[in-house]
Amino acid sequence: MMKWLSPRSALGITLITVALLALPFVAAMGGQAWVRILNFAILYVFLALGLNIVVGFAGLLDLGYIAFYAVGAYTWALLASPHFGVHLPIWVILPIGAALACLAGVVLGSPTLKLRGDYLAIVTLGFGEIVRIFLNNLNAPFNVTNGPQGITLIDPVKFGDFSFSGTTQIFGVALSGPQKYYYLLVALAILIIIINLRLQHSRIGRAWQAIREDEIAAKAVGINTRDLKLLAFAMGASFGGIAGGIFSAMQGFVSPESFSLIESIMILAMVVLGGMGHIPGVILGAVLLSVLPEVLRYAVGPVQTAIFGKVLIDPESLRMLIFGLALVLVMRFKPAGLWPSPERKRELTEPAR
Amino acid sequence: MDIFLQQIINGLVQGSIYALVALGYTMVYGIMGLINFAHGEVVMIGTLVTITVAGTLIKAGMPVALAGMAGLSAAVLSCMALGWGLERIAYRPLRNAPRLTPLITAIGMSIVLQNLAMIIWGRNYMTFPPLLPKVNFEFAGAHFTLIQVVIVLISAATMGGLLFLIYRTKLGMAMRATAQNPAVASLMGVNINRVIAAAFVIGSALGAVAGVMVGSYYEIAHYQMGFMLGLKAFTAAVLGGIGNLAGAMLGGILLGIIEALGAGYIGDLTGGFLGSHYQDIFAFVVLIVVLMFKPSGLFGEKTGERA
Amino acid sequence: MSASLLEARAVAKHFGGVTALRDVSLSIRHGEIYGLIGPNGAGKTTFFNCLTGLYVPDGGGFTFAGAPLLADAPHQAAERGIARTFQNIRLFANMTALENVMVGRHVRTRVGVLGAMLQTAATKAEEAAIRQRAIDLLHYVRIEDRADDLAKNLSYGDQRRLEIARALATEPKLLCLDEPAAGMNATETEELRDLIEGIRRDGTTILLIEHDVKLVMGLCDRVAVLDYGVLVIEDVPSVVQKDQRVIEAYLGA
Repeated sequence: MMKWLSPRSALGITLITVALLALPFVAAMGGQAWVRILNFAILYVFLALGLNIVVGFAGLLDLGYIAFYAVGAYTWALLASPHFGVHLPIWVILPIGAALACLAGVVLGSPTLKLRGDYLAIVTLGFGEIVRIFLNNLNAPFNVTNGPQGITLIDPVKFGDFSFSGTTQIFGVALSGPQKYYYLLVALAILIIIINLRLQHSRIGRAWQAIREDEIAAKAVGINTRDLKLLAFAMGASFGGIAGGIFSAMQGFVSPESFSLIESIMILAMVVLGGMGHIPGVILGAVLLSVLPEVLRYAVGPVQTAIFGKVLIDPESLRMLIFGLALVLVMRFKPAGLWPSPERKRELTEPAR
Repeated sequence: MDIFLQQIINGLVQGSIYALVALGYTMVYGIMGLINFAHGEVVMIGTLVTITVAGTLIKAGMPVALAGMAGLSAAVLSCMALGWGLERIAYRPLRNAPRLTPLITAIGMSIVLQNLAMIIWGRNYMTFPPLLPKVNFEFAGAHFTLIQVVIVLISAATMGGLLFLIYRTKLGMAMRATAQNPAVASLMGVNINRVIAAAFVIGSALGAVAGVMVGSYYEIAHYQMGFMLGLKAFTAAVLGGIGNLAGAMLGGILLGIIEALGAGYIGDLTGGFLGSHYQDIFAFVVLIVVLMFKPSGLFGEKTGERA
Repeated sequence: MSASLLEARAVAKHFGGVTALRDVSLSIRHGEIYGLIGPNGAGKTTFFNCLTGLYVPDGGGFTFAGAPLLADAPHQAAERGIARTFQNIRLFANMTALENVMVGRHVRTRVGVLGAMLQTAATKAEEAAIRQRAIDLLHYVRIEDRADDLAKNLSYGDQRRLEIARALATEPKLLCLDEPAAGMNATETEELRDLIEGIRRDGTTILLIEHDVKLVMGLCDRVAVLDYGVLVIEDVPSVVQKDQRVIEAYLGA
C-alpha cells in the first residue's frame, strides 16, 4: 500500500509523531503519575480495539470482556513472579497469555453462538463474573491465584538486561520506568492498529460485517457464522490477553479487583461512545474515558472547594456518576458515538429509503 | 438429609424475593423487549428509603409497626416515581432505536442510581430497623422465623394481586395486548405510553416491596446490593420464560431453592474443593445452561425467525 | 447417474399443529428453469427454507448432485452450490452494492486472519480478484453504476438485481429465486425474464417461486404446484395450467 503522501498528510503525520514522542516528557512535568495515566490510556486503547472486533466488527455484545484481560494478566503473574518461583521471559509468556486468552475466548464464546443480543450480553456478563469469582477464591485447597490479595512482585518487561522498570539513561536522556513503558506501548499500539485496520478491510472483516448486518443472509451466502463468531471472540480475546500481560508487568501486582464488571462496562462504553466499529472513534473513546476521569479526580476537589468552600461529593462517586450520565446522554443524543464511521452515522440517523 | 428441609425453606424465602423482583424485569421485557438493567437499583433504593423513613420515625418514638408501614409506603411511592421517571426520561425517547442503545442507557442509569445512592446514603453498610419481632419456629428439624413466614405470605399475596390485575382488569388486558402486538393494540385504542408506564410503575412497586423484605431478612443494606440481586432475579425471569408472569414467579422460587441447595451441598459435592462462597455462581450457571439449551425458559414460547 | 440435479423425497415440515409440507417429492433436472407455484401459504417458501438449510425437515430429505444434503447447515448449502434470494430481500443494508457482492465471493475464497494481518502477495491477489469478479457481476445484472451506493439506498428493482448478483457470486449450480418479480412492472419483469434466461444459458439451473403466472408459464420448462403443503402436479406449463385441481386451488373449490 505505498502511495505518495500528500503534503497535508505528511505534515499531519509528522506532527502526530513529534507529539507522541514528546508526550511522556510533557506529562512528566506534572509528575510520573501522569505518565502512568498515559500508559493506562494506551492499555485501554488495546482493550477497546480488541473489544471492537467482537462488538464493532462482528456485532456480538460482550459484557464480560475483562475476563480475557484477567487471563493474560494472571498468566504473566503466575509465570514471572515469586508466586510459583517461575520467571519466564516476555517472548515466552506473552504468546502463552495470548493463546490462553484466545482459548478462553473460544470456550466462553461457544455457548453464546445462538443467542440474540440481550441474552448474549447477559451470558457474557455471567462468564466475566464467574472468572472473577474463581480468581478471588482459587486460593484453597491449592493456592493458584492467591485469592483477594493477589500476586505481587511481578517481573517487569525485560529485553535481555534492559529492564523497563527503574530509570535508565539513553543517549544522555533519563527515562523513567513509566516513560520507557510508554514507548513500548505506543509501538505495540501502532502494530495493533495496523492489524485491526487490515482485518477490517479483509475478507474476514467483510464476513463479520455481513453477520452483523443480517445473519440469516450471511449464512445463505455460505458464511460459516459459527466459526466466524468464534474467530471474533478469539481475536478480541487475544488482544485482551496481550494487554493483560503488559499490565501485569507494568503494575508489578495483580488482584481480582482490577477485573470487575464495571471494567467490562467501561471498555464497552469506550467502544460505543467512541464510535462502534470505527477504529479512530474507538481510540478516541478509550483515551477520553481513561484520561478524563483522572483529570476530573484532580479537578473535582479544588473546584468544589472553590465553589462551596469544601468537598461535598467525593471525587470517586462523582466520577462514576458522570460516567453513567455520559452513557445515557450520548446514547440519547449521539447514538452512533462521538466519532462514528460515515456509514454507521447514516445507519443510526437516516432511515432506509 | 438433615439440612435438606432447611435449605428448601431458605430457598423458598429467598426465591420469593427473587420472584418479586423478577416480575419487574419480565413485565418490561415482555412489553418492550428491553432488559431494564436499572431495576436492581430501584429495589435497592426501596430498601434504603425504608431505612431512612422507618428508622427516623422509630427514633422519633413511633411504634415499630406504624413506622414500618410508613417506611414501606414511602419505598413504594419513591420506587414507583423512580420507575416512571426512568421510563419517561431515559427509555421512551429510545423506543425505536436498535437494541444496543437502550441497553447501554439502562446500564448508564444503573450506574447513575448506584452512585446517587452512594452520595446520599454513604458507602457504609447500614442496618435495617427490625420491623417484626424475632420469633422462631421449628418443624421436622428445620428452623424458620416469623420474618421468613411473613416474606413468603406477603410475596404470595402481592403476586396474587398482580395476577388479578393482569387477568381481570382492563389495564391488565391492555398490557397483555401490548406485549403481544403493540401496533395492533394501539390501533384498538390502547394508549401504549400509559401501558408501558404502568408496567414500569407496577414493576417498581413490586421491587420496593422486595426491597423491604430483603432489608428485613438480611438486616443490612448497601448501595451496591442491587447489582447481584438484579442479576439473579433476571436469571429467574429467564429461567421461567421471559415475558411470562407465572414463569417469573416460579423461576424465582426455583432459583432460590437451587441456590440454597447448591450452597448447602457444594462442599460435599466437590469434596471440599469449592466452598459455599461460590454460591453466587449458581445463578450464573443456571442462566447459562438455560440460555444454551432452552432459551425460551420453562414456560416461554419458542420464537422462530421467518426467512 | 440421472440428469436430475436436485431430488426432494417426501419432505415434510410441521409448525406446531400446522402441517406446512406433507410428503413433497419432486426433481429438478440440470439446466432447467423449474417453477414452484401455489396459492399463498401453500408452503413454497417453507420448501425453500428446508432446501437451503434454514429449517430442518421433519421427514424426508434432499439429494443434490448425487449426494444427500445435510439439514440445519445453511452455509453448507451454499458451499455445495445452492444459492438463494429472499422473498423480503435480505441485503446487507449498510454495505455498498459492491461489498454485498464481494461478500458473496466468501465461500469460494480462502484468505483467513493470518493472511489478512500479514497482507501477503497471495492475499492481495485474491482480494483484487474478488473485487474484479464483483464488478463483473454488477455489470451482468446491469447495476454497475450503483456499485458504491449503500444497498439500502438502491431502488427496489436494483435491490432485487443486487440480491441475484450476490447469489451468483457464490458460483451456484442451483439458483433459487423467491418471488423475484414481486412488485415489478411489466418492463422490469421482461428485463428480469431476460436475465434469468441468460443465467440459465450460462450454465446455472434455476428454481423459481413466483406468483406472476404469465412469467412462470412463459419462462419455466416445468412447473410444480403446491397447495396446503401437498404437491398437486409436476409437469410442463401447458399441461399444468389446464389441470382442474390447479384451477380449483387458485380459485377455491
